[in-house]
Amino acid sequence: MTHLTAFNISVDFPLYHSENRSLKKTILSKSASRFGRDRNSRPVVQALRDISFTLRSGDRLGLIGANGSGKTTLLRALSGIYQPTNGSLSMEGRLTSLLDPGQGMNMDLTGRENIRLRGYFLGLPRPEIDRLEADVEDFSELAQFLDLPVRNYSSGMVVRLAFAMATAFPPEMLLMDEWILAGDASFMEKAKARIESMVRHADVLILASHSAAILAEWCNRLIWLDQGRIRQDGAPMVVLEDYLPPYQFEELVKGLDIPKLA
Amino acid sequence: MAELSQSDAVLRTFRTQSHFTLSADRGWIQRFQLALTDVRDGIRLWRLSWTLGLSDIKLRYRGSALGPFWLTLSTAIMIASMGILYSYLFHVKTHDYLPYITVSIVFWNYLNTLITDGCNCFIQADSLIRGTRMPFTVHALRSVVRNTIVLAHNLIVIVGVFLIMRLPVSWEALWAVPALMLWLVDAYALSLFLGAFCARFRDVPQIVMALLQVVFFITPIMWYAKVLESHPKADLLIRFNPFYYMLDIVRAPLLGRPMPVDVVLKALIVSIVIFAIAAFGFARTRGRIAYWV
Repeated sequence: MTHLTAFNISVDFPLYHSENRSLKKTILSKSASRFGRDRNSRPVVQALRDISFTLRSGDRLGLIGANGSGKTTLLRALSGIYQPTNGSLSMEGRLTSLLDPGQGMNMDLTGRENIRLRGYFLGLPRPEIDRLEADVEDFSELAQFLDLPVRNYSSGMVVRLAFAMATAFPPEMLLMDEWILAGDASFMEKAKARIESMVRHADVLILASHSAAILAEWCNRLIWLDQGRIRQDGAPMVVLEDYLPPYQFEELVKGLDIPKLA
Repeated sequence: MAELSQSDAVLRTFRTQSHFTLSADRGWIQRFQLALTDVRDGIRLWRLSWTLGLSDIKLRYRGSALGPFWLTLSTAIMIASMGILYSYLFHVKTHDYLPYITVSIVFWNYLNTLITDGCNCFIQADSLIRGTRMPFTVHALRSVVRNTIVLAHNLIVIVGVFLIMRLPVSWEALWAVPALMLWLVDAYALSLFLGAFCARFRDVPQIVMALLQVVFFITPIMWYAKVLESHPKADLLIRFNPFYYMLDIVRAPLLGRPMPVDVVLKALIVSIVIFAIAAFGFARTRGRIAYWV
């Protein structure tokens, strides 16, 4: 059934267009360990190093780590966008990734036109595209805004549209970056309900976020990325206890306890 | 109930394609396999390329009164002024020269934008490329579709000139159709290669544009090829000019000129060279394009 295996994945970013040498030097002096050279001795940033894990149906993996620790790069590599420099990726199951709010959307086209574009991308027959459109219209609650160019949307509206499009036909694996948090409270409830129903159908979720509360609530496994490596891999509260400063962790535990008591 | 069974069918079709593996570069066999899969998947998504290309044109002219027919109009104005001016300058009859320059300019513009847009096909689609896994060939096809839509608008000018000049059109003109098919395939292949190459080396699009400018003047587009027949050295400009052969396989049948077999053969040789370069170039670079854009 649905599974995803990452085996020793490493990703090196070539530094081709880094004309600004002084900037490069500043970065180099700060975190020299991640700047290396590849086989042809070209300068690279080692964005990911030896990432291995396996996910099965029902796993909801959270990715946490400082800015630039490789969360988004890992999501892109898992989506099959970046061919890894080393290692391999294998999966069974239909994957949808939500990496950029505006990804795969043409900002000048209307919401409705973008939905049809998405339908063509999925290779859907016409009646299915109509169903997709109806579903997105219903879920995103964008009403007449769907007939305006996406350029005119607020960022929250773009998120609604992107999320609705990505989950209209429940994917078996859903990869999300943290921008999903740009939705308002009522939308977040809806989004969570949809993801929960998705996970109830024994599917896989991977979520990168800085919000400990969201990760603790949505995930049942956490990977802490540090400088492109896995620093810790385990149950959310265990990893968060080490990741967060003590006072923040206490607050998180308190915050999570309140709804349980009520 | 009917609805349920339908969605099951859709899910099944998804499931058949749901297995996916990707490993680090393992040499040429894997590269060609990935490139072939990319071409196959891209062709399967032709409706996506078509819609993207069409919306490029629609958006460019959204809100303008004439819309894409500005293309037709601006080409018509350019050809009318050039046709009259240059027929005086070259001392040739406007009646012969105008159809020649019309066909030449329309198809040269098509060829020119196919190449320059091909250079930018991946650079322009950077947000799509970094946002989702999508066959890279979709972007090359999008560029070909976009420029072919532009050509369709400019063909009106050719038809107009032929009608106004009351030129005879024979069935021989239909030979332009297979020639254009060859162009489409060549442009698709060339976009895959040039698009990747230009994503890596950002100076190349500028170099290509500058070179095409030169090609425009050294290729018989505004002037007749027979002008150079008496100059053995200048004749090399034509004999070793791949653009001349590619242009002539479309131009000759439309102008009712006989198409020599050697021109067709040379156009085919040029195409084979393009395929070979594109196949190796695309297979080699495919996995790196996402890093480059």
